[in-house]
Amino acid sequence: MNWLTNFVRPKLKQLVKRDVPDNFWRKCPNCEYMIFHRDLEANLSVCQKCGHHLRLNAKQRLTMLFDEGKYHRVELPNVLLDPLNFRDQKRYTDRLKEARVKTSEEDALIVARGEMNGLPVVTAVLNFDFMGGSMGAAVGAGLITAARLAVAEKTPLIAVTSSGGARMQEGAISLMQMPRTVIAVREVKEAGLPYIVVLADPTTGGVTASFAMLGDIHIAEKGALIGFAGTRVIEQTVRETLPDGFQRAEYLLQHGMVDIVTERCDLRDTLIRVISLLMQSNKLDDGVPASYTLRSS
Amino acid sequence: MKTFLDFEQPIADLEGKIEELRHLSNNDDINITEEVGRLKEKSQRLLFHTYDNLSPWQKVQVARHPERPHCVDYIDELIRDFTPLAGDRQFGDDKAITSGLGKFRDQSCMVIGQEKGANTSERVRYNFGMPRPEGYRKANRLMRMADHFRLPIISFVDTPGAYPGIGAEERGQAEAIAKCIETCLTVKVPLISIIIGEGGSGGAIAIAAGDQVLMLEHSVYSVISPEGCASILWRDAGAAQTAAEALRLTATDLKKFGLIDMVVNEPLGGAHRDKLGTINAVGNAIEIALGNLKSRNSGDLCAQRRKRYLKLGEEITE
Ligand SMILES: [Zn+2]
Repeated sequence: MNWLTNFVRPKLKQLVKRDVPDNFWRKCPNCEYMIFHRDLEANLSVCQKCGHHLRLNAKQRLTMLFDEGKYHRVELPNVLLDPLNFRDQKRYTDRLKEARVKTSEEDALIVARGEMNGLPVVTAVLNFDFMGGSMGAAVGAGLITAARLAVAEKTPLIAVTSSGGARMQEGAISLMQMPRTVIAVREVKEAGLPYIVVLADPTTGGVTASFAMLGDIHIAEKGALIGFAGTRVIEQTVRETLPDGFQRAEYLLQHGMVDIVTERCDLRDTLIRVISLLMQSNKLDDGVPASYTLRSS
Repeated sequence: MKTFLDFEQPIADLEGKIEELRHLSNNDDINITEEVGRLKEKSQRLLFHTYDNLSPWQKVQVARHPERPHCVDYIDELIRDFTPLAGDRQFGDDKAITSGLGKFRDQSCMVIGQEKGANTSERVRYNFGMPRPEGYRKANRLMRMADHFRLPIISFVDTPGAYPGIGAEERGQAEAIAKCIETCLTVKVPLISIIIGEGGSGGAIAIAAGDQVLMLEHSVYSVISPEGCASILWRDAGAAQTAAEALRLTATDLKKFGLIDMVVNEPLGGAHRDKLGTINAVGNAIEIALGNLKSRNSGDLCAQRRKRYLKLGEEITE
């Protein structure tokens, strides 16, 4: 932050409001401060005025996590396309097409491998920009790929979640991605490798109730909404106002559901610290997990 | 007092007429007896035709029928020496999940089921079959116990979904469900799940990720309730009927997609017209399902169960 961003911009904003394309400025959803896109980028999409953590898309997330922002994308398998032939007010296939154009991605999960402070890791990131990060067969298949890669390369798996839950347009097939993803992360755990979940805003529904709540360690981003049921559904059911900060990261910390709540600027360092602490014995044995080094007679 | 569903009105009318005539025919009037016989036949035909052509939305209503046999009815009839076991050992006991030890056709087993209750006071007690985290943690504990003592697990699924409440969220509804699913996929004993009414989303799959998943003919199993789906995707809860069709939530659909193993036929006019018949049909199906798993050893069981779920949603390659 410098004097320019602090003092000149608000006035500037009013002057140029009409002429500058919207995407140069973003309004902080919390304090309504207008933030210049470059400042926002430089500050990991955290509002420099109020500290509100804006949502990151999957690519921004990968860039901030890996060393020098460098990583390799992992190709994911094809899945059944629109198995139900689903149509609400729009066809599911059209929604998919739109999301693909909007994000230049095939589906909501992106898997990448790379290094964090020199430690090799596999990361699976849900992209909220892609149909609300909803979990269908592609997300399930992607997580299996990520888990198996982590096991094959004996690296930790980091899942970064932000999702509205199951992808309704895939009906019960999307529901079955809950057991499917649970098995995926189970394989990582059974190989003695760390499975870390970073809960980003928002993480709800079937994603929370499956692989997002099964991490060895849960790290939530400051202020992230995390829960099973949506707030509106809860309000309609219990007919009372929800407590302050309900379903927010800090609330989950208080109730014992997450290990750490962190600011985004500390996230990478926290992950690196946790992983290197957990992986110490794995490293000593040439990457082979300690429990698997017993000699078989 | 019988409950008729909206679409059963023509059947209700006919049955009413039959009753009326019966009251008239105290003196063996041959004409009336004939008429009653004719109407009965007509009503049976109508019942058959109606239930043979139920729309998905009608199935949702049948699946939620208050007189449909519930978890406790199955336990009463199918499980001998039933010994209810309570509590999650952490916070409390959730009545929405009824569970315990017992014998199914001479086989000791663990029974876990969701109970909606048969009348208003029961429904309140059972929280309308919507479990809280304690319920899932109890189920989790008991599945592990079954694993420890090598007892097969039978789960009866009938829930609108996990309870969306403040306390439930506070105490980790999502975590409780996730752990329950994980346990379903870790135990080395047979796990048979039967959708007997409503299989409501994550609240259902928590205890239904089994080796063999059975579904009653008119039960439904869905990622979201048709009402919920309608209000999100159609922005109109009134579109539930359309949503029910789009979601493909019937037993036939799920069998077609390979998500369940067996559809158990219901008696004419639905499970609520012949509780005992339904319960016995389910009992026979459970026996078959257990038989199907006999050849698998415990290591195989878990591996094959995982394999089954790992491929759900995979592209079918020719
Ligand atoms: Zn702000």
